[in-house]
Amino acid sequence: MSVVLADLAYWQETTIRLLVGLIAVLLPAGTLVYLFLFKMMSFMQSRLGPMEAGPYGSLQLLAEVGKFLQKEDIVPKAADRLIFKLAPFVVLISTFLLILVIPAGPDLWFIDVDTGIFLGLAVSSISVIGILMAGWASSSKYSLLGALRATGQLIAYELPMVLAVVGVIIQAGTLNVQEIVMAQATGEIFGFGGIGNPYVITQFVGFLIFLIAVQAELTQPPFDMPVAESELVTGYLTEYSGLRFLMFFIGEFATAAIFSALAATLFLGGWYVPGLEATDNLFNVIGPIVLLGKMLLVAFFIFWFRFTYPRFREDQLQQLAWKVLIPLSLVNIVITGVLKVVF
Amino acid sequence: MSDTADTKQMAYIAAQAADARVNLEIETEGMTLNIGPQHPATHGTLRIVVRLDGEQVISAEPLMGYMHRGYEKLTEVRTYPQVTTLVNRIDWLGSFANEVPFILAAEQLMEVEAPPRAQWIRTALFEMSRIANVVLFLGDMGVQLGAVTPVFFAFRDREFILNQIEAVTGGRFHPNFDRIGGLKDDLPKGWIDETRGVLKRIRNFCDEIETLVVGNEIFQSRTRNIGVIPADIGLSYGLSGANIRSSGVDWDIRRDGGVGLVHNELDWKVWTHPDGDSFARFWVRLQEVRESCTMIEQILDGIPSGPVMAKVPRIIKVPAGEAYVETENPLGIMGYYVISKGDLTPFRVKIRSASFNNVSITPWLLKGVYVPDVISILASLYFILGDIDR
Amino acid sequence: MIQLSSPEETNEEEVEIPKRDDIREDLISKLKNDLGESLVATEVVAEVDVWVRVTKEAWLETAQVLLNRHNMKYFNFLSAIDWLPSPFGRDMDAQVDQPEPVTPEEMTWGTTGGETRFQLLARVHDLENHLGISLKVDLEDTDLSIESWSSIYPGADWHEREVSEMFGITFLNHPNPVKLYLPGDFEGYPMRKDFALLARRIKPWPGIVDVEDMPGEESEEDEVDA
Repeated sequence: MSVVLADLAYWQETTIRLLVGLIAVLLPAGTLVYLFLFKMMSFMQSRLGPMEAGPYGSLQLLAEVGKFLQKEDIVPKAADRLIFKLAPFVVLISTFLLILVIPAGPDLWFIDVDTGIFLGLAVSSISVIGILMAGWASSSKYSLLGALRATGQLIAYELPMVLAVVGVIIQAGTLNVQEIVMAQATGEIFGFGGIGNPYVITQFVGFLIFLIAVQAELTQPPFDMPVAESELVTGYLTEYSGLRFLMFFIGEFATAAIFSALAATLFLGGWYVPGLEATDNLFNVIGPIVLLGKMLLVAFFIFWFRFTYPRFREDQLQQLAWKVLIPLSLVNIVITGVLKVVF
Repeated sequence: MSDTADTKQMAYIAAQAADARVNLEIETEGMTLNIGPQHPATHGTLRIVVRLDGEQVISAEPLMGYMHRGYEKLTEVRTYPQVTTLVNRIDWLGSFANEVPFILAAEQLMEVEAPPRAQWIRTALFEMSRIANVVLFLGDMGVQLGAVTPVFFAFRDREFILNQIEAVTGGRFHPNFDRIGGLKDDLPKGWIDETRGVLKRIRNFCDEIETLVVGNEIFQSRTRNIGVIPADIGLSYGLSGANIRSSGVDWDIRRDGGVGLVHNELDWKVWTHPDGDSFARFWVRLQEVRESCTMIEQILDGIPSGPVMAKVPRIIKVPAGEAYVETENPLGIMGYYVISKGDLTPFRVKIRSASFNNVSITPWLLKGVYVPDVISILASLYFILGDIDR
Repeated sequence: MIQLSSPEETNEEEVEIPKRDDIREDLISKLKNDLGESLVATEVVAEVDVWVRVTKEAWLETAQVLLNRHNMKYFNFLSAIDWLPSPFGRDMDAQVDQPEPVTPEEMTWGTTGGETRFQLLARVHDLENHLGISLKVDLEDTDLSIESWSSIYPGADWHEREVSEMFGITFLNHPNPVKLYLPGDFEGYPMRKDFALLARRIKPWPGIVDVEDMPGEESEEDEVDA
């Protein structure tokens, strides 16, 4: 993007960035909802899913959005109106900020900062504030319980997530996401460089921890205590309707898409496919598609677990984070560091 | 008294007061959470008011009556054959089983016995309604714990059993098929072979659930040692069915003193589990579905020929007397205490429904558990709201 | 008018009668020992069931005796009976179009008899011998209160609450004597016979059609259907 946008005026550049950003957030989110939530889930549950709107129900998503837009935007009487209305935006902002750090090609990125991954993991935490706002402002006990559970869970799983990424950072020797991709593309595994060095192989433990933490960050089963629909109705979403519910919904699936993309970038080599020079201009064209494909692969696992597993209890969930994942990721860091020094 | 001592004393009092004020301000009073009457986990309109300390339940008080239909009162103005229409709707998932004990009680008073073929078909339908009921539980337990997939399998396979029930009775949910002295009709042609196929599907479903749910580590960690009911407590609360058998009590009315049905002529096993927790209740029910399949298969093989209706008057007057008949229904023991005064209508019918007793243990059972476990315990106790409220 | 399905089965039943009777008669005699004068009436239907009527004062003691000495660990249910014949006669029945039978003015009682309008009915089980026993107790109209069983059988708690709201019987020493089903401000006791079933008063039940005579046929109440 930086190449394309070099000669444009500031407002033109901003507009284009905005549009591309919107597409980058909404398109993968829509793909996930249709592919996995509508179709894969249906097939797993021996039913067809939406079939009427468009071929194989492919336009169902538009119909759903249309439905949500028509619905009344209800604010509970006792709610804190301003915060109640603001909360979905805070959650969405976190999603939109997160997409900034993910490169889609050698020259395709929104921002290229040296602390890219650090920035990404930092902004991903903003959604916690939005969720807490939503739960508190709804003036519903279910919402409040859900929001508190979400906060506890998101903070607990932020830690193993960051620690899992530390392994990658040590191996790549940089915080810049683009350079991490480059390091994977040009790297070699113990002298064999045929497929580069996708960190999923050398950082397999880190990859698993990252996936589990992502699952928890997305509050998806088996970590969906915050929305646990059989206990807390839908947790912090209980009082939301219409457009604002849609925003939470988009936020959830867009975040799922972006975290999958982040996992693909950090562990699966991002936009790079073996066999081509990493700086090849071709990647500016096929890079986004490659990234989308890898993202779908990661998302497939996330959603597979989502449709299969029952949920943990809150204390079991915290135990998993603090007693298993964090020690494991610390050990992973130590081993990575030792190996980095040795080789 | 010196000045310093006085000051010290004053300071102490002030500190105490400040402490007290802080304690008052930050005292966590606990929260009252109203689960229901409209809540995804309460299978209808059960309302449970729980006092929470954080996520821990201090006390839980179920409030019912949102669906009370006054069946005991209504039976007093219905003729005996009409009562089956009412009692069908008590446990609406296994409705044929509700008719059986009432009809048996009336038959006992009239000293009528259904012909053998009717008894065998009754038993088959009785067990089929158990499958229709419990299969849904096996799927629903997953939903309560957050796994959405099993319930779709449950609905898919229950459909076949409902089709078979419909083929015989004409009704999927409310057959109203049992008559005093026998059954309304005989089996349709080809039904026995079809049912064999359906039972295979149900067995497959049980295997599927066993691998998908029972074998799941998270499911086990959510249900093992959760909601443990010791046998003596369960008995004193009048728990029945799989709820009491999963506490290690080897007692099944079908085997021990059941009347009117032919279970004792079949080769089957009463499953128990020593643990008494949510997992045990799930596991026992799973085995019971399999056992029901075994029973129905044997019935299909051994069903005698003959009429399905004994000779009874067209207008039924039940001689004066009292009878209590109970059967082992899908949810537990269901009994009818029928008092007749020789009229067309019963004088009084006490409906002893299983879920009422099963749920009455909840205030005791839910003390001290976490909110998520409230749901899993309620789900594992398995009640139908119509069966509580009647 | 009653015909048994097959004569052979009747014979079998007669042969089996003494076997189980022993257990029930045995229970009765033991109970007589334990309760003495408090045991008002008993009845055994061979092979089927056993009934016992006790005095009101011995109600709590009966439960203790049954639980501790007779191993009746299983609490089945507790309810009440209102023996008053419905003051609304047959107009609340499904049979309005049938000739009005003579409504007995005086009360008649069922098994083990009775003396008062309200009787309490409870049932407990002995799981090892597969033996259930139905208990009854008379309640004077002037004093509709009785000791609660909930200290002995905790399961009686809800049953007593239901009886209390439906029949207006007070249970002494009940841990939580509030209404179970009905709203807190509900007036009247719905299960009493003199509580009108309003829906039926306003409009006869449409199900009446079911028991009407077939067109062109005489009333055939006693005719046996083949």
